[in-house]
Amino acid sequence: MIRYVGSRLLTSVVMVLLSTLVIFLIANTVPGDPALVAMGDMAASDPAQVKAFRAEYGLDLPLWEQYGLFLQRLVHGDLGISISSRRPVLDDIVDYAPATLELATIAFILSIVVGLPLGVLAAVRRDSWIDHVARAVSLIGVSAPTFWLAFIMLAIFYGQLDWAPGPGRLDPVSFPPDRITGLLLIDTALQGDWATFHDAAAHLVLPSIVLAMATLGLVTRTTRAAMLEALSQDYVRVARAKGLRRRVIVNGHALPNALLPVVTLGGLAYANLLAGAVMTETVFSWPGLGRYTFRSAVTVDFPAIMAITAIVAAVFVLVNLAVDLSYAMLDPRVTKR
Amino acid sequence: MSDVVILPAMASPRARRVRRYGLPILGAGIILAWALAATFAPWICPYDPNFVDVAQRLRPPSAANWLGTDALGRDVLTRVIYGARTSLSVGLIVVLLGGAFGTLLGAAAAYVRGWAEEALMRATDLVFCFPPIILAMAIAAALGIGAVNTAIAMLVVWWPKFARLARSLVITQRSMEYVEAAQSIGFGPGHILVRQIIPNAVGPLVVLVTLDLGNAILVFAGLSFLGLGVVPPTPEWGAMVAEGRELVQQWWVATFPGLAILTVVMGFNFMGDGFRDWLDPHARSR
Repeated sequence: MIRYVGSRLLTSVVMVLLSTLVIFLIANTVPGDPALVAMGDMAASDPAQVKAFRAEYGLDLPLWEQYGLFLQRLVHGDLGISISSRRPVLDDIVDYAPATLELATIAFILSIVVGLPLGVLAAVRRDSWIDHVARAVSLIGVSAPTFWLAFIMLAIFYGQLDWAPGPGRLDPVSFPPDRITGLLLIDTALQGDWATFHDAAAHLVLPSIVLAMATLGLVTRTTRAAMLEALSQDYVRVARAKGLRRRVIVNGHALPNALLPVVTLGGLAYANLLAGAVMTETVFSWPGLGRYTFRSAVTVDFPAIMAITAIVAAVFVLVNLAVDLSYAMLDPRVTKR
Repeated sequence: MSDVVILPAMASPRARRVRRYGLPILGAGIILAWALAATFAPWICPYDPNFVDVAQRLRPPSAANWLGTDALGRDVLTRVIYGARTSLSVGLIVVLLGGAFGTLLGAAAAYVRGWAEEALMRATDLVFCFPPIILAMAIAAALGIGAVNTAIAMLVVWWPKFARLARSLVITQRSMEYVEAAQSIGFGPGHILVRQIIPNAVGPLVVLVTLDLGNAILVFAGLSFLGLGVVPPTPEWGAMVAEGRELVQQWWVATFPGLAILTVVMGFNFMGDGFRDWLDPHARSR
């Protein structure tokens, strides 16, 4: 087991490094000069300034030296200096990550807490109204564009009904808490600032529902299909013949067997939430990694793009590893093989 | 409740019929309607999609402008119909080109095996490391704005899933007797792969292509929403939602293009699910 985890971790590191190399090569082969973008038209018209700028960020070195430099810094935990914000990329990421982490985690919990029971109920009471509701929810979840859902929710619940607060993490009049973790819910709770806690929670409602929709749809769909499969197995027939209660059969016999595909999906979905966050954060003016990624991409900010690539790839690879390991816990047969 | 079905081996016949024929036909109808509207846009649209009339700006839906007008006084209905041209064609191009490239590569890799197969699979692993939209975003931003550039960016991240599926399909087909028969008749490997194996493995690929068309349209609209899709004033659904996203009171500007995306993606999903049920006898009863 330890050997398995070890070799998987080693492969993961190689994959992450290779993925940064791919992005590095793509970023360097396509047109678009970061120096010109970052300096603006005035400064960019002066060749001497452009040259100095390129030298400062190592953009004048041969490609392989640039990449070598990136790796060398990476080993020391240094992700380089962002060309557009002119701050260390690591500082930028530390600033922006908590907002996305808070949003994505709540959206993930929401999609599991709602999607799993909904999928189970839809399978057990198939063709009933709840099955139709589940189908509609998952259909909208996978078909509706996230950015449009975000707009509709804001237009209805903020614009028309005024039930929810507007975009942003806090009202402009609220004082942000002292930064401990950067997660507003936790920081305000730790400092006992319940008014701001309430404000932060209210601001999370709409964006987390929007972000959860796509994942929620997939979770519901997958759970329903897996439950239908499990319920048609012989062991369920046996359990029924023995006269076990329905609740025991569904929760004790069928559900554990149906969980495997849901876990696979859940892991990938969590990693994907970070990507979905780009749209949600744009509409809700959420100061998170999604916005930061977008801005870095548009300004061709190499160091920031490389760092985000490495981090996103690492999260993906680690989540996949966690998913594979959880198989062993959910299905004892996996380890025996 | 005593009517709980614990052994749902079969759905009710009526529900099954609706699912098996009703939804796929509805989906095909939606797609056909959009395709026709896109093709005949200049004849059916009441206005010019780029005709600016500031005096008519932000008019709510009315008899003259069924879906209202946007911030520049352009007719929303006309722009939604013209938008179908961009979305449908980019979706088709990305999925068909990406699908063809990925399928050939994956199938060839599985057929020749050895290091080529290994290298290809690792390459697809790499692309799978990223959420596609982030990679596409970086490439699209670097290439510059424009529908063609965005389509290129999407193609870069689009082929791997087809390569994977095609590879697994070819691996299962490769050991079939008809392949051996074709070899013993003396057909070459290229002929066997393209004329024998791929036609036999095409079913799941058709399902993936159909479901994926909706997905490609969603991703393109998303990139476009972020400002990486089309050059304004080209009418495009994602860009239209972006233009209207601040206009909470003038809801029609952003709502209708979004509904257009929703219906197209739903249409492809209905069709894809239908194809899958027809091809998979096991899933048919569900």
